[in-house]
Amino acid sequence: MRISTRRRRQALCAVVAAGALVLAACSSSGGQASTGDNSAPGVTDTSILLGTTQPLTGPAATGYSKISAAMTAYFNFVNANGGINGRKITLKVLDDGYNPANTVSQTNKLVPQDKVFALVGSLGTPTHTAVLNFIKQNKVPDLFVSSGSRSWDQPTKYPTTFGWQPDYTIEGKVLGDYVKKTFPGKKICSFGQGDDFGADGVAGVKLTLGSSLASEQKYTPTNTNVGPQVAALQAAKCDVVISFTVPGFTALEMGTGAQLGFHPQYVVSNVGSDITTLTTFLKTAAIPLTNGMVTDTYLPLTTDTSNSWITLFKKVDKDYDNNAAFDGNVLYGMSLAYTFVQALKAAGKKLTRGTLVAAAEKGGFTGPGLVPFRFSKDDHSGYNGVQVVTVQNGVGHTTGSIYTTDDGSGALSAYSKSQPTAPSNGLPG
Amino acid sequence: MDRFVFLTFNGLSFGMVYAAVALALVLIWRSTRVLNFAQGAMATACAYVAITVQQHTGSYWLGFAAALAAGFVLGVLIERIFFRRLEGAPPLNSIVVGVGLLILIEAGIGMIYGVANRDLQHAFSTISYKLGHAALFSNQDIFTVGSVLGVMVLFAALFTRTDLGLRMRAAAYAPEVARLLGVRVGRMLTLGWALAGVVGALAGLLVIPTGLGLYPAAIDGVFVLGFTGAVVGGLDSPVGAVVGGVATGLVLSYAEGYIGSDVTQLAALVLLVAVLLVRPEGLFSSTRARQV
Amino acid sequence: MNLVRRLWQWTLVRHLVPALLGVGLVILITDQVSDYRNTQLTTLGAYICVAAGLTLLTGTNGQISLGHAALMAVGGYTVALILQDFSDNNITGQWMLPLALIAGTLVTTVAGIVVGMAAARLRGPYLAGATLAFGVALPSITAQFTSIFKGDQGIGLIFDGPPASLGSSFSFSHWQAWYSLFAAIIVLFFLANVQRSAVGRHLRAVRDDDVAARLAGLPAARLRVLAFAVSSAAAGLGGGVFAVGLQTASPGSFGLTLSLSLLTAVVIGGLGSLTGAVLGSIVLIYLGDVIPGFVDRLHLSATSAQKMHDNLPPAVYGALLIGVMMLLPGGIASLARPVVVRVTRRTTHTTGCNR
Repeated sequence: MRISTRRRRQALCAVVAAGALVLAACSSSGGQASTGDNSAPGVTDTSILLGTTQPLTGPAATGYSKISAAMTAYFNFVNANGGINGRKITLKVLDDGYNPANTVSQTNKLVPQDKVFALVGSLGTPTHTAVLNFIKQNKVPDLFVSSGSRSWDQPTKYPTTFGWQPDYTIEGKVLGDYVKKTFPGKKICSFGQGDDFGADGVAGVKLTLGSSLASEQKYTPTNTNVGPQVAALQAAKCDVVISFTVPGFTALEMGTGAQLGFHPQYVVSNVGSDITTLTTFLKTAAIPLTNGMVTDTYLPLTTDTSNSWITLFKKVDKDYDNNAAFDGNVLYGMSLAYTFVQALKAAGKKLTRGTLVAAAEKGGFTGPGLVPFRFSKDDHSGYNGVQVVTVQNGVGHTTGSIYTTDDGSGALSAYSKSQPTAPSNGLPG
Repeated sequence: MDRFVFLTFNGLSFGMVYAAVALALVLIWRSTRVLNFAQGAMATACAYVAITVQQHTGSYWLGFAAALAAGFVLGVLIERIFFRRLEGAPPLNSIVVGVGLLILIEAGIGMIYGVANRDLQHAFSTISYKLGHAALFSNQDIFTVGSVLGVMVLFAALFTRTDLGLRMRAAAYAPEVARLLGVRVGRMLTLGWALAGVVGALAGLLVIPTGLGLYPAAIDGVFVLGFTGAVVGGLDSPVGAVVGGVATGLVLSYAEGYIGSDVTQLAALVLLVAVLLVRPEGLFSSTRARQV
Repeated sequence: MNLVRRLWQWTLVRHLVPALLGVGLVILITDQVSDYRNTQLTTLGAYICVAAGLTLLTGTNGQISLGHAALMAVGGYTVALILQDFSDNNITGQWMLPLALIAGTLVTTVAGIVVGMAAARLRGPYLAGATLAFGVALPSITAQFTSIFKGDQGIGLIFDGPPASLGSSFSFSHWQAWYSLFAAIIVLFFLANVQRSAVGRHLRAVRDDDVAARLAGLPAARLRVLAFAVSSAAAGLGGGVFAVGLQTASPGSFGLTLSLSLLTAVVIGGLGSLTGAVLGSIVLIYLGDVIPGFVDRLHLSATSAQKMHDNLPPAVYGALLIGVMMLLPGGIASLARPVVVRVTRRTTHTTGCNR
């Protein structure tokens, strides 16, 4: 007897419905929203569970994928030395491929499902912006977002979100000031990413440059043909090109310039100037093309072997990160992790989300950075200054003073306090 | 004026790459009526073969040849294993299989090589010749244009002047009749895929060094633009593929130069819509929809 | 009993019963599961809306669309902009979100009519190419008018959470899941009626033989545009609830990958079948969840673990797409059809591609 089509279809529907119910039953039940500051999900007497979203695959993965490995390495180092207040740190890293929709689903996995205590160092401006509301609703501490956007500094709107690196505007202001002083009377142009990174940076340059830009070119990260833009810069006879580019596009800009016979003075944001990363793109041409490049830094230079922080982090890299090539990304990840451990320690033995956020707002952390943090109840922004660096033969040399400033039209002020040395045991005191 | 000249050569060079991808797609469409969505991924896989061989032998050209050979083999394998079995199935099924292969191949590459960027060299120097202050083109550009045109001429000669070409055309247009006349239709279809694989590999070797290096998803954007070029030119016509690809390259270059770098996709869409509104089957297509 | 039998003859009533059952099922399930599952269900609801529309367009009417995520983007951004406008003017209220969703649906329908008219003369691969270019190009408009669309960062969605009348333990994600799944039920109900109606028959006639349909007096071009319009409405609503789930509308979430995923979901589920659209969407969502967990459990060595971990999920997905297509050319839903029908469908089901 043949079962009729209709019966089969009904049977299929019933199976689907039953399946859905089984799925529902298998998953954890209950829908309690998180209750507030005194909660401490992911924290036990011996462990802390942290989460982060990173671009491990996709267009932004080169270079940036090393940051989370470096963070994990430093946390493992801390764990090997007893942890923080007796608790060992576990960092769960989820890949969002630099796609905001994935960031949302991954953050949804980390917070309600994996029940992480806090998010640390989540990377990317468009990606993290997508989850700000969710983080706010769930009151998750969201420390030290890996991006220089000003969106993380909104204490009233997003009370648990904190930035870490200097804003792109600050970089722009310091670089613009340097260009004004060092290249008077020359034609200055800009080449920036077509989003907040480029826009904020160029806006900062304009605040201190004093003259107008002869040409402002933009690029989109999805389009690797920068020939038209570089040709336009060449046609405008630019002497100096201030670039807010990620490393891949710094390389494309310089490489294309070389192909066209265009060799201006390159001034490149900290984001895109790491020599080791540029060498993976430019190979043997990296050293000659970056000779004389001007950039900036807020951390010690990776080539400065006399610096106590570099020595410390290189050791951690050797022991806990498979001796990965020590470049700007590794330094970034470890420095960020160091700051987070400082905040954890300051939060005390009774670790709750509330005490962690309060500790971050209290601030006062000193560490690998050249300048202090601006953390306070009204300021969640992060480092407030940079120092100019010139590159010779692949090695950077700091030039002039360290300058701190604000995101607006405030003047630059020289910062002269010397950087604290790294603790001898490598753990925050 | 300098600007225009530069943009024209720039567009021509990229246009030839899109033309190569379009040519590969047209070859496969003509012979098996399949839209090969995995074309880009196949080309990327061949590029990985190239760098592996280059690493072990130190010779660029050996790697280049190995990549083209890999393209041939890959075309044969994919047609035999997958698309042969889809004959007679609804057309969308082959699109889904193509997408599945695209994902599988790229993930496979990632599993073997990892996703970190690898360096793929250019064949020749990329320093541009200049006319006064205007940058024109480089040796690499000459090679790009020359090799794609050369392939097109070779294929044209193959299809129109040789016995093999005749058999391939017969297998594509009238498979039943061709079978009756003793043509090994299956083999001809496989050969079509194999040649398409070679052309695709060439496109990959030409375009990947111009970007951020070799990584699994390196050629996805180029595939979309190559597809656009193929559609603009008419999927039935190899000449159309080249014209369509070059047109796409030029339009994109001018749009990028005169408007901005973020309008390239829109410019491609405008070109496509403009052509298809006037000729719904592409510029050089010979088949016409039945009109009532 | 006679009354019931007469009522049952109406397609509307026959579809109303499973719709109501669906509502009940949604209320039951969303109440029982965790917040995380509810966010998954929200995405599922969005996918079902779009997939249902896509299966009507591609399966019932035979027009391929490789750019449906762009139509979702139209819906999502419309909803975001309207809610932002309300918020700027300090207007609040529970009715804001349904109003925004309806507006999003209408705007996307208009967009769909425009696309449909441009696409009316295109067939097969040319339509595929045009919709592919459309799908890739439309999100890039956000980079053009950055003052409105805020570029890559996108626009945040501001709307009220669950009303107090539902109780204090009714979470935000539960509320989002309700919006999404109820929208899916509405779309499925509407499209099921269209499929069974005269319009549905006309759409299938145009798909199967354009010329014969015209000779029979059907306005083929207009029907094609209608199919696009209906499909876009579903995509617009789907995009709207998708944005509700993400709480942002940004170009990166509506990319080519999403368009292709939806198409593959629809074909795997079974082209032309609404059940297939639901099944395909479930597979799409659930796989993204199950495979990484499975890889985690394999406990691979550190160096190969990273490579495998990131790449095994898409590899399995790709293999699954290929496998299902080779073994079940009619999709999963074809398992419900008797063998005879399955075979004849294969040879007559041309989906409009000219040979």
